[in-house]
This record gives sequence, C-alpha cells and structure tokens, in this order.
Amino acid sequence: MKTPFISAVLAVLWKDLQVELRSRELVGSMGLFALLSILIFSFALELDRIARTESVSGVLWVTVVYASVLGLNRSLAMERDQGNLDALLLAPVDRTAIYFGKLIGNFIFTLVVGLTLILLMTVLYNLTLTRLWLIVVLVLGTLGFSTVGTLLATMTVQTRARESLLPIVMMPVALPLLLSAVRASTGILNETPQEDWLAWVQILAVLNVVYMTMSFLLFEYVIEE
Amino acid sequence: MANSLIQIHELVKAFGLMPVLRKLDLGIERGESVALLGPNGSGKSTLLRLLSGLSKPTGGTISVGGWELPREAAAVRAQIGMVSHKPLLYENLNARENLRFFARLYNLPAANREQRIDLLLERVGLARRAGDLIRTYSRGMQQRLSIARAMLHDPEVLLFDEPYTGLDQAASAMLDEIALETRANGRTLIMATHELDRAVRLASRAVILSRGVVAFDAPTAGMDTAALAAKYAEVTA
Repeated sequence: MKTPFISAVLAVLWKDLQVELRSRELVGSMGLFALLSILIFSFALELDRIARTESVSGVLWVTVVYASVLGLNRSLAMERDQGNLDALLLAPVDRTAIYFGKLIGNFIFTLVVGLTLILLMTVLYNLTLTRLWLIVVLVLGTLGFSTVGTLLATMTVQTRARESLLPIVMMPVALPLLLSAVRASTGILNETPQEDWLAWVQILAVLNVVYMTMSFLLFEYVIEE
Repeated sequence: MANSLIQIHELVKAFGLMPVLRKLDLGIERGESVALLGPNGSGKSTLLRLLSGLSKPTGGTISVGGWELPREAAAVRAQIGMVSHKPLLYENLNARENLRFFARLYNLPAANREQRIDLLLERVGLARRAGDLIRTYSRGMQQRLSIARAMLHDPEVLLFDEPYTGLDQAASAMLDEIALETRANGRTLIMATHELDRAVRLASRAVILSRGVVAFDAPTAGMDTAALAAKYAEVTA
C-alpha cells in the first residue's frame, strides 16, 4: 500500500531537478549571491595579499553557507506557497522519503554552486583551489549544511519570518560543521602536513552521520503541525 | 455506524488551548455523498485535514476503511484523494509532468501510468494543454488539473475542501459533474462548502457543524435549499 521508500525519494528528487532545470530559480539566485559575495571580498581584501591567502577558506565557506541558506529557503518555500507540502504529505509515502528527496536535491544545487565558486575563486584570488581534498571537504561540508538546513527550513518555512529565521536557527546548529570545514580547508590550502587537518575531515564526516541520523529521526515530528 | 467506511468517535482537535472539534461523532457509509456545512471556524476544514491524515487528532478515534488514524496513516492516505481551494500543483511543471510526479508518489504501475494520465487529462478537458506549464493556466484550469491529481490513484474517498472558491461557471459545472459521477460510481465524497443549493443538489446527506460538533445530520432527499437554509440558520444561531 505504501510507496517504496527509494521510489518516493527518487520521485521527489526528479521533480526538484525538473523544476530547477526549467526555472533555474535556486542555482541562479545562489550563484548570483555567491558571485557578488566573492567579488566584494575580493575588492575588500585586494590590498593585502597575505590576508587574502589566509582568509580564502573563510570566504569560501561563509559564501557557501549563506548561498545554501538562500537556496534552502526557496526550495522549501516552493513547496509551501501553493500548498504543495500538503500534496506531498497526502501521498502514501514515508515522511523521511520526502526529506531525503529534498535533501539530495538541495545538496546537488549547493554543490554545483560550491564547485563553481572554487573555479571562480581560483581565477579571482590567483590561488590553486582545485585540489582533490578541498573538493572532498566541499562535498562533506555542503552535505552537512544541506542535511541540517533541509530539516530546519522545513520548520521555518511554516512561519511568517521564514527568510530571516532560517539563518538564525541554522547557524548555531551548523557551527561545528562550519568550524571543521574552515579548519580542514585552511590546512589543505596552506599545504600543512596531512595529519594536521585530516582529523577535521574525519570530524566533518562523523558530524554528517550524526546530523543525518538526527534529521531522519526528527523529520516526521517537524513536518507534522 | 459500526460497519461504516469512515468512523469518527469523540474526535477532539485543539490548537493550543482552543478546541475546534469537541467530541465529534460521525459515521459515513461507503458510496455516500456528504455535504459538510457550517460557518467559518466550525471545524469543516479541520475535520477534512484530520480525515486525510494531514493533521493529528488531540483525542478520540478516526478510522477509514478499517485503518486507524494516525497509526495507519499511509494506508488511509492511499484511499483518499483531496481537492482544496489551493491547487497543490507545481507551477513550473506542465500538466503531464505534474500528474507523472504524483503517479510515481502514489506508486501507480509504470505500465498503465501514461494511459491513466491521458484518461484523466481527457476527462478534465486539459488534454490539448497537457504540455503547457501550470503557471500559464487560469484558476479554473488549475483546479481541473487538481481534480485529476486527486483522482489519479482512483481513491475510495474524495475530500473536497471548498474547491469552488474562485472558479468560473464552466469549471464549477465540471466539478459538479465529477461530484455526481463519483456518487454514481459508488465512491464516497465529503465536500466542505458554504453553498447550500450545491449541497442539496450534489450530496445525499447534509451535515452541519457548529461549535465543533455535529449540529444537524440528515439525508438531502426531499429537502430543498430553503429547508436546509432554515435548518442551517437554526442550528448555527
């Protein structure tokens, strides 16, 4: 009677990809915001090349986090505005399948923006950001933010002050992710020995498992009125 | 009532400290067409949300087709189709893509999915606009597609939550036709509405809610709009 879990996840994911390919609303607004942010940072830090090198991972992650907040708000608002969240909840599917479908979509969109940022920052900051370990950290970091963000955005989208509420709610929860991602990225970009930063990558991976388990357990309660 | 398709017993729903439904009892037989009437805030939409599993009761029990809510909500949702005043559609997808998405969510067999979608698009008169994005549709067309979405999995029970809001005459007439067809096909229809004449015309039974309980419950056979209006005024005063 119940739709198989994987089928429901794939249906929600495919729908989100289809809508995004048509409207380019999420990646477009996230990408534009990210571009403007790194341009502003680029101008602000231009006079001091050392400061720019030191702060590049901070700039990368602050931009990724705020771009993802923008995308998460839009992604869930799209479900809320026309009552589509109700349409999803009316279907005989596990609530968590809806969560994972939305999560994977949000992760893909944020990752696309993150990878584009790495390329742009390589050009603008004249630094080599296209490193395998940095991309691993980017994948883990964006997955973590999408995991927490999808859960929290589902909550905040049901409030009036949703646009401003999500970053306020999300930042304290996502702080360990941000800290680990920045520390690992700084180590990788400064070419310090691997043992100095690998622990931060491992912490990032563990945080992903913890946040995903918590979100899996909590989503059903979050989505109910 | 013991063998009713829908059994509601001492149903309570409160939002915070404010009770909306207060120990409501109601039984609905298979194939009945029930008009749910009552002033704003009487609990019509709340009752439909509870029946569809979108909301959880504060107290009391609900069962649909023998499945209990909220414990067996997925089984209940598989039997229910809902049309509300909101279209519940994705405006950046076209009609066919919308129906395809919901067909996958409802796990319709892939072999006859397209056939079912074609049939429903034809039924609601949107076959020629199936490739157009929903955002280009009028309110009436969106609501027609919303009906197709609700009927996609051939549900046992159709819930209409004030679906006529903002509809033109043609779209309203189509919705009326579908309501009558549902009744003729032996499906169960529960329609929350403020339109008493429509209730008399389309439903086999009128239920008036007032202050969170059933204040009036009678068959519409032999009843005209004036009689229902008089009863409505009396029980909601």
